Amino acid sequence: MNATELLRELSEASGVSGYETEAGAIARRAFEPHADAISSDALGNIIALKRGDRAPDAPRRAIMLAAHVDEIGLMVKGYEDGFVRVATVGGVDLRTIVGQEVVVHGARPLPGIVGSRPPHVLSPEERQKAVPLDDLFIDVGLSQESLEEVVRVGDLITMRREMVELAEGYVSGKAFDDRAGVVSLALCLESLSTLRHAWDVYAVGTSQEEVGLRGATVSAYGVAPDVAIAVDVGFGAQQGVDEKESITMGGGPSIAKGPNIHPVMFDRLVETAKAHEVTYQVEYAAGATGTDAWAIQVAREGIPTALLSVPLRYMHTSVETLNVRDMERTGRLMALFIAGLDEAFASQVGI
Amino acid sequence: MLLKDLSEARGVSGDEGAVREVLLKAVEGLVDEQRVDALGNLICLRKARRPIEEGRWPRTVMVTAHMDEVGLMITGINGDGTLRFEKVGGIDDRVLLSKQVLVGKDAVPGVIGYPPIHLIPAADRQKAPDIGKAAIDIGAKDKAGAERLVSLGDYATFRTCYEVLDEGGLRTVKGKAFDDRAGCAALVELLHEDYALDLYAVFTAQEEVGLRGARVAAFAVNPDVAFALEGTICDDLPKKKDVSPVTELGKGPALTFMDQSVIADRRLVRLLVDTAEGLNIPYQFKRAAAGGTDAGAIHLAREGVPSAVVAVPSRYIHAPVSMLSLDDLDHTVQLMKAALHTMEGGLNA
Repeated sequence: MNATELLRELSEASGVSGYETEAGAIARRAFEPHADAISSDALGNIIALKRGDRAPDAPRRAIMLAAHVDEIGLMVKGYEDGFVRVATVGGVDLRTIVGQEVVVHGARPLPGIVGSRPPHVLSPEERQKAVPLDDLFIDVGLSQESLEEVVRVGDLITMRREMVELAEGYVSGKAFDDRAGVVSLALCLESLSTLRHAWDVYAVGTSQEEVGLRGATVSAYGVAPDVAIAVDVGFGAQQGVDEKESITMGGGPSIAKGPNIHPVMFDRLVETAKAHEVTYQVEYAAGATGTDAWAIQVAREGIPTALLSVPLRYMHTSVETLNVRDMERTGRLMALFIAGLDEAFASQVGI
Repeated sequence: MLLKDLSEARGVSGDEGAVREVLLKAVEGLVDEQRVDALGNLICLRKARRPIEEGRWPRTVMVTAHMDEVGLMITGINGDGTLRFEKVGGIDDRVLLSKQVLVGKDAVPGVIGYPPIHLIPAADRQKAPDIGKAAIDIGAKDKAGAERLVSLGDYATFRTCYEVLDEGGLRTVKGKAFDDRAGCAALVELLHEDYALDLYAVFTAQEEVGLRGARVAAFAVNPDVAFALEGTICDDLPKKKDVSPVTELGKGPALTFMDQSVIADRRLVRLLVDTAEGLNIPYQFKRAAAGGTDAGAIHLAREGVPSAVVAVPSRYIHAPVSMLSLDDLDHTVQLMKAALHTMEGGLNA
């Protein structure tokens, strides 16, 4: 599997929270060759099962891997004189979308521009303020009449962004949060076809993470795994961000530690990385991680959960940037971790 | 398609070479003389194809369009391999975040990064970005890695493709730098016609940093009258307050009475209005004295040159993507050709 190409395909697909169909179909296709069964649920989670190779007398055990398919975006709120008014879906930084190209997913996809006023006509005071949502319009270059034929209130809008390959193994595009996690899940499944593993593996492309971890909430209930790992993106070191708030780009998956993480899961991930010389780093999350791990941990009677983060710069923008190696290492670490799962580990985590 | 080639060519002020190459090809066979001057202006002459009557004025008309676009210049390399930059020309900081750019002669791809919303205090999210915290990321791991790919002083342009948005209807297209590649495209079209006057088509450099190319070109050409063709402000987004849109898309070429750089010559404005009305060509007036044009430099050349401005309304100029209506562009060409012909009979005071 070519991780860069899969990421490109996923990144350029649309899948705003609640409307993950297009990106979800690609996730499904990526999981399918390595899965024994694949399904989706009421909230649009994509659930791939790869069966473990367990001894006849051993109990059935399962691990769930979760990465969210949805992305932040915009929604059509109305129109005025041929321009589209929008609402945000998820944590969009309005300051990063001015002058941006978008796709309005109407009856047919329409390319558009988030309009900006020329600097010539703006006062210095106006230029000091972020453009408020009420003053943001999308221009698809159509008359009001033509617009009404194609676009309706409630239509979704995604950033229009081709992924671009930068230097030294870095790539940049939209929705790497968390399609990078989806790629690492696919890579993990692929690795597992060449590794022996006793436990069943559920790779879940979750929906609606950006609006409140909703897909993970119901899929963790549905899958009812013994343990789980969520994969998301983490704040990579970058200009303008304190080193203490970030993880190292190119430093491998970041293994989180804190109340959201089962300590035995954490220890085993670190041991696995050390034993197999997988580059990794550790980050500390003193409370809510804001990831699917937070929802999965408290599903049903509680699930021992871990969190891996792929270092990512410029999160929640259309130029999210990551190192492909970090994504690959994340997939590999999970596969090696899964290959090592046995009954001794089950008793260690108390299941 | 010439407008596409012009729009996608990369030419920030002071680095107009790539745009000039496109234009040199486009004017091949249409001009009798051509040269590139010390500032990089491309000066072309299409001589009168019919004799100019003795004593007739004007005899030499200069029409300009500027080749340069606003952009960025690389002014520093950070330890983490990201690039610091300065703006070249007037760009609102608020359109810079999260854009793809191409850096230097080799068009190294990069992105303009900024701290993520999660790590920005809520109060700051209402303010314009602090552009000092932004940097161009080309994927280099460190300073040495970046130095292998770019040099200080390299120019960066927005990475934007030309595309048709509405084939019928408004005939809208989008692309970068319609200010003033729209003018360049119109000016090339004017060279396809025969006139009874000497037409200097001048594609100027460095308009965006102070009308500098036009100034020296006007001195050299020493025309009787001049027109600047522009892609001008079109601020017709819906607004809460009653604010002038300056121009409106699809309503025809915009004629300037006055902007920050020039009061257009009254005779030339009258000529343009009469021509448009006589031929039923849609036109509009630019309804705010905002911005400056090459006419600002030209009308002050030597002992003064009567000058006017004709512009294609362009939404979102000085931002990564602009939009215009091909109808407006066509009508600009039509109006200018007709105005030049009218002038063959002399200019009324």
